[in-house]
Amino acid sequence: MKRKYRRLWLVGLCLTGLGSAVGLSLLAFRQNVIFFVTPSGLVQQGTPGQVFRLGGLVQSGTLKRADQDGSSVAQFQVTDGVKTVEVTYRGILPDLFREGQGVVALGSLDEHGGFQASEVLAKHDENYMPPDVEAALKKLGYWNPATGQKPPPASTWNALLAKSKGNS
Amino acid sequence: MIPELGHYALALAAVIAFTQCFLPIWGAYRRDARLMGAAGPLAVAQLLALAVSCFALVYSSVVSDFSVTNVYENSASTKPLVYKITGAWGNHEGSILLWALILALCGVAVTLRGGGLPSSLRARVIGVLGGTSAGFLLYAVLLSNPLLRTWPAPAEGQGMNPLLQDPGLAVHPPILYLGYVGFAVPFAFAVAALLEGRIDAAWGRWVRPWALLSWCFLTCGIALGSWWAYYELGWGGYWFWDPVENASLLPWLTGTALVHSAIVVEKREALKIWTVLLAIGTFSLSLSGTFLVRSGILNSVHSFANDPDRGVFILGLLAIVIGGSLVLFAWRAPKLAEGGLFAPLSREGALVLNNLFLVSIATVVLIGTMYPPFADLLFGAKISVGAPFFQATVLPLVVPLIAAMTIGPVLAWKRAQLGPALLRLWWVALIALAVGSFAAVGWKLLPGIAFGGAAWLIVGSLAEIAERIRLFRLPFGQSLARLGGISPAVWGSAVAHAGFGVTVAGIAAMSLATSVVVSVPVGSVQHVAGYDWKLVSLETLPGPNYISREATIDVTRDGKLIAVMRPARHSFTSQQQTTTDTAIHTMIYADLYAVLGDESGGDAVLRLHYNSGAPLIWLGGLIMALGGVASLLDRRLRVGAPARRRTVTATA
Repeated sequence: MKRKYRRLWLVGLCLTGLGSAVGLSLLAFRQNVIFFVTPSGLVQQGTPGQVFRLGGLVQSGTLKRADQDGSSVAQFQVTDGVKTVEVTYRGILPDLFREGQGVVALGSLDEHGGFQASEVLAKHDENYMPPDVEAALKKLGYWNPATGQKPPPASTWNALLAKSKGNS
Repeated sequence: MIPELGHYALALAAVIAFTQCFLPIWGAYRRDARLMGAAGPLAVAQLLALAVSCFALVYSSVVSDFSVTNVYENSASTKPLVYKITGAWGNHEGSILLWALILALCGVAVTLRGGGLPSSLRARVIGVLGGTSAGFLLYAVLLSNPLLRTWPAPAEGQGMNPLLQDPGLAVHPPILYLGYVGFAVPFAFAVAALLEGRIDAAWGRWVRPWALLSWCFLTCGIALGSWWAYYELGWGGYWFWDPVENASLLPWLTGTALVHSAIVVEKREALKIWTVLLAIGTFSLSLSGTFLVRSGILNSVHSFANDPDRGVFILGLLAIVIGGSLVLFAWRAPKLAEGGLFAPLSREGALVLNNLFLVSIATVVLIGTMYPPFADLLFGAKISVGAPFFQATVLPLVVPLIAAMTIGPVLAWKRAQLGPALLRLWWVALIALAVGSFAAVGWKLLPGIAFGGAAWLIVGSLAEIAERIRLFRLPFGQSLARLGGISPAVWGSAVAHAGFGVTVAGIAAMSLATSVVVSVPVGSVQHVAGYDWKLVSLETLPGPNYISREATIDVTRDGKLIAVMRPARHSFTSQQQTTTDTAIHTMIYADLYAVLGDESGGDAVLRLHYNSGAPLIWLGGLIMALGGVASLLDRRLRVGAPARRRTVTATA
């Protein structure tokens, strides 16, 4: 085989490899991209079975344990101040999970309008807010980075929500 | 006083690093032996200055000097001593100092071990290392200085995130960083070679041990990180395809490709330009991985808004290092001499295939990791890609890679024939097929395929060794005698490939793991995976800086006590945080895994897992790293050993 053909063969192989990588990614993107929604967004556009990441605040006083098909589940409400969604999670809630603080749940809507979560994240301390929750707060107008102010500390979010309820 | 000394040493190190970059490279250009000779002493001086600086930080942390902002923000006087020491590098500023210290260590290592290098190449390598170091030290001094003071000094620190107060996480960053930063040496060799305009087999022989050593550390570091996530987070999973994890996986993938392609450079003087590109790419990925993750940019583009100076500086630095080396590559690479020829079907061809698959996997992981933040930045779309995306893209590429991993080593260099090679492996294929179909019928299809692949890798490695010693074809005693004659490089490849097989088997078995979540009173018994788990008691116990709520679970099988497990929850007083202390009873082929959740009305929530194969995942990683170490022992790779050209190629 001549040098030219060998090189051609190598280049062809590389293009096949990169092509298949990009092709696989595009194919997977069509099925596996998960959108982030707030409870309002979920109520508007959620179809049962489609996987979402739901971000919002855990409504104070709504966390309870229940038995479902012989296994223990946690139930709580997630709110963005406008709409509230009932979340069911089969598992142990993360250590940083608190009522009144930010949470992100991965899962899908069931037929009854409840959210079945397969994963619950609450990565925060008193001063840190999950970026998605931050975005949700911003979207709802509780916090605007353009004004240069810092996001409100987690301990005050409850009050923010109470205020929003008073308004609506 | 001590923090000021450290602060001064840090600034001094930055200045030395700039000199270390400029003088030797200029000297190499001017062919001035005196300037080139400055490289070594400068590298040593930089290391000493950084060591003083690191000592100052650790000292401040140990004596709980809360006037140092970094100590105030990340430590507390009640924290156990070991975490006061390790906590020094558990935060952003401290970790960058550690990063720079290891980079300086690399410079000194090249100085000490590089006696046999041509003086201009050696000067340029140390110069490039100094330049990289200089950028990050400047960043540390100006924007992320761990030794700044705060006044008035607070009485008590804010404490360390309890999740990080863990022995696994104490050793994880240094090992991972040794891996990340170690790739700076192949990178420096690549850039130096481009400046030099010359690459030969000797270059490959110098680069490979460094790449291999970093690869071993990175492999261990990733395995440790995954193990930490498994036992500390208490979710029962070992890999979450989280940006932080992907950032360590990416340089591992390209680093693995580099370790293989450097063999071709060394043996056949082919793939030279590609290897240079891989060396640049691997370090670029390590660099962007650490800094994008450490600065939080990858998690959310919004963190930019919180700290624009740092973000812009880091991006600028990355652009200079990565962009600069790529421009240099585009400019100088065409000047490098043509490599040796080989047929598509040959050992070289197989290694090209290996590189192709590894780089393709790296590409899809990169796309999956980078797309969400970019989609957010460009289209304002809040999306994420999870495990399903990575499984759908990585799996189809791993399967052919595994298939080729066992065939590659039996092919001859330059030109091979597939027939005889496959003929040697027919019984391996038969075993793999039997294992695979047995598992697929017994459990599920996908794990079955994975088990088949694992058998193919492990038995294939054994077959490779058996072939070398002509097992069953010579009398057994003679075969055994031949065992000692096998070169370390062959052992290395066989062990590393088998280690990957063990990891694959672990992942496959882990996909069959079972778990339950229950809310039960003391005294009740659960049946999980053939074991009886009895909740015996719940107690509250004091800890050093936390209060522990501990459950005692007796696990029995057919009435025989297997293990007493004590999962707990720790409430840390200084942060008002709780962490989960998972109880794990390992049996090597499987783990019993118990997590204690919250309690209400006398009932405790328990999550009980039977994690089949879990320990194999990390054991495989360790075996892979051992393979790397074995390969390092090969005298042909030893830097400074007389560069004898291929006297015993037959063993390769």
